[in-house]
Amino acid sequence: MRGETRAIPASDLVNEARGLFAAQFRLALVAGHDDERGLRVVYTFLAPGERPVELHVALDPSTRAGVSLAALSFPASRFERELFDLYGIEPVGHPQRRPLIRHAHWPEWYHPMAAGTGPAPTLHPDEGGYPFIAVEGPGVYEIPVGPVHAGLIEPGHFRFSVVGETILKMKARLWFTHKGIERLVEGKTVDEVMTIAERVSGDSAVAHGLAFVRALEDALDIAVAPDVEARRGVALELERLYNHVGDLGALANDVGFGLANALALTLRERLLRLNERVSGHRLLRGVVTPGGARLLDLPTSRELDEIEARVDEITSMTLGQSIVLDRFTGTGVLSLDAARDLGVVGVVARASGVDLDARRDHPVDGVTLAPTAKRSGGDVLARYLVRRDEVTSSLAALRAITSIDVTSHLDRTRGTGDGLGIVEGWRGPVVHRIELVEGRVTRLKIVDPSFLNWPAVAVALVDTIVPDFPLVNKSFNLSYAGNDL
Amino acid sequence: MSLASPLIGAVQLALVVLGGPLLLGLMRVVRSRLEGRDGPPVSQPWRDIAKLARKQRTRPSESSWIFAAAPLVLVATAATVAVLAPLVTLAPPLAGSTDFIAVIFVLLVGSVALALAALDTGTAFGGMGASRALTIGALVEPALLVAVLALSLPLHSTNLIAIVANGSRHVSTLLGPSHLLALGSFIVVILAESGRLPVDNPSTHLELTMIYEALILEYSGPDLAAVTLGESMRLAIWLGLFVNLVAPVGIAANAHALAVVVGLVALSLKVAVVGIAIAIFEVTTAKLRLFRLPELLAGGFILALLGVVTGAVMR
Repeated sequence: MRGETRAIPASDLVNEARGLFAAQFRLALVAGHDDERGLRVVYTFLAPGERPVELHVALDPSTRAGVSLAALSFPASRFERELFDLYGIEPVGHPQRRPLIRHAHWPEWYHPMAAGTGPAPTLHPDEGGYPFIAVEGPGVYEIPVGPVHAGLIEPGHFRFSVVGETILKMKARLWFTHKGIERLVEGKTVDEVMTIAERVSGDSAVAHGLAFVRALEDALDIAVAPDVEARRGVALELERLYNHVGDLGALANDVGFGLANALALTLRERLLRLNERVSGHRLLRGVVTPGGARLLDLPTSRELDEIEARVDEITSMTLGQSIVLDRFTGTGVLSLDAARDLGVVGVVARASGVDLDARRDHPVDGVTLAPTAKRSGGDVLARYLVRRDEVTSSLAALRAITSIDVTSHLDRTRGTGDGLGIVEGWRGPVVHRIELVEGRVTRLKIVDPSFLNWPAVAVALVDTIVPDFPLVNKSFNLSYAGNDL
Repeated sequence: MSLASPLIGAVQLALVVLGGPLLLGLMRVVRSRLEGRDGPPVSQPWRDIAKLARKQRTRPSESSWIFAAAPLVLVATAATVAVLAPLVTLAPPLAGSTDFIAVIFVLLVGSVALALAALDTGTAFGGMGASRALTIGALVEPALLVAVLALSLPLHSTNLIAIVANGSRHVSTLLGPSHLLALGSFIVVILAESGRLPVDNPSTHLELTMIYEALILEYSGPDLAAVTLGESMRLAIWLGLFVNLVAPVGIAANAHALAVVVGLVALSLKVAVVGIAIAIFEVTTAKLRLFRLPELLAGGFILALLGVVTGAVMR
């Protein structure tokens, strides 16, 4: 995992980044830092089969002027807007430095992560509204939805510009659940942060917990035995299973095929109970520990066979229903070009033909690799099929593990260092980067795949009809909590 | 003992009012059981109505009397048809003038009232729902009218009671291709008009996909209770008319009390059977893409048209 770290002057950043992008690296994380080590920005680049590359750029704290990579990378443009909102670092050359995280009730001057920022000021009512580019023309109207929805959904506000039923443009406003997690963890001990990391996004407890632990182990140079990683792999695949099964049902439900959803929910509940037996927790919290992994039991091969049979039943029933197939096919297409340009990751990327999978691209000793599911359609059907195929490969990976005896268990959490953790969670790669001083976390930057994938929802929706939005949105199934942090 | 015709009207109305929500509850139970869930009790829609009736009423600040009146119009039109249509007996009040087309259009007045009320709210969802509902309505009506035409061919009359009575006297009419085709069209129309799958998903919580639910999104408390009651009454009436056109078995030929009781039981059973059949169908199907609905409804229209053609040819 040990990456290559280069401290470079700000003026070299664009050239360095250009070189890395040309070598098939993607920008996975941009972290601002404003502490004893000065005002600086860390850019983390990843490429399949390559060591991570970190570029450290120190900035002048008096001007707080940074360099924009927006012309080279779309994800960079959003990281930079985040940097401005949180740190007040001005990305010089950014074409559209609108607020990203900041809602209009934050005072303009308030950059919560900047050094010396006091406690949060009194927040005023959101009087700025939400200016966005209105689509005009005969028959164009707007549909505002949310942030409070009719179902149990996290808060997000969507503005549709519509002609008839056809969506011309969709604008999503997120960060209603911004909790300040990255500030919250500053100065906390590793154990305290571990608890928080597992709760970044409730459905990704293992992915975020493991990304944090790997970053920690990277920072402290802890070598983890392959059998420990294998146990962690069990938890990661179990997490993938219960979430994917839930999605397979929810996608059917969104086209009114409640039968498949009822069956999928039953199976999901069985998986949650399996999680509880295997780990002691239905959502698998507590399996991953710094330097170790705790498992009580393993799924039996009979259980895995039965799960596979159930999933087969549900998916063949769903895809055998012609109305469902018609609703899935060609709906919400995200083309390969758009997926590459937007820098999407995870299930969404693989459904559009982008061959990225952190389990294979950044392998860990001891984890059995299952084949990566890939489709090229980019539509709802492709995202459904990727999930279905990943269930199969997760089950295969689980079958490969037959013993839970852990031979090594390190619990050394004191020390100083910087580290990076990459985990292919069920949505996609979760990346954590920590800086640790004497066993206390001074900075934790978290990138949930949802942050990179949200813009793609709007792109996939163009020319889709309004009643298909919930289906398209569900096929992405992005986290609000993981995005908003 | 013969019952006075106002009393018969009251019996039919009571059956539709009490039975409508139970029919809805029955369909939900069947669906739940088939999906492996326990589901709510059959009486749940009534409990919901009772609960809503006690709750506070809120109305959009911009809405006018149209919004306030629509639930009443819905219930009133359904009640009118419940009294006049040949549901339990062939001798309801004003039997001589129960025109099929009039009955149907009185029912559709309720749909139009809800659509107007949805527009009256001034919200995007209301407008969207009204636009979708009226688009479907515009596609439903031709199919419905042609189906009525096919059903009225044998008697050269659109008197609904005469059509049902003719069916109960001459079973051969019921099995004629013209009659069957028209009823095929009729069932498509019923599914569309009452917002069942594959046209609309009555149990969705996704506001952007809604058709009929979007119309009533702003209703609350007693208004919503009235809307729920009115819609369940309409469903019961549609299915009541349908079963009596398919198989007028047990319908009371006169106003004799015993016959009326038999008719009551027969209608309840027949509607329950069709309700269960629709619920089973709903479990196995999914919701069509909105832009595919015209194809389904055009199919309904073609069935009705074929009914007219075969009816005319076979005479």
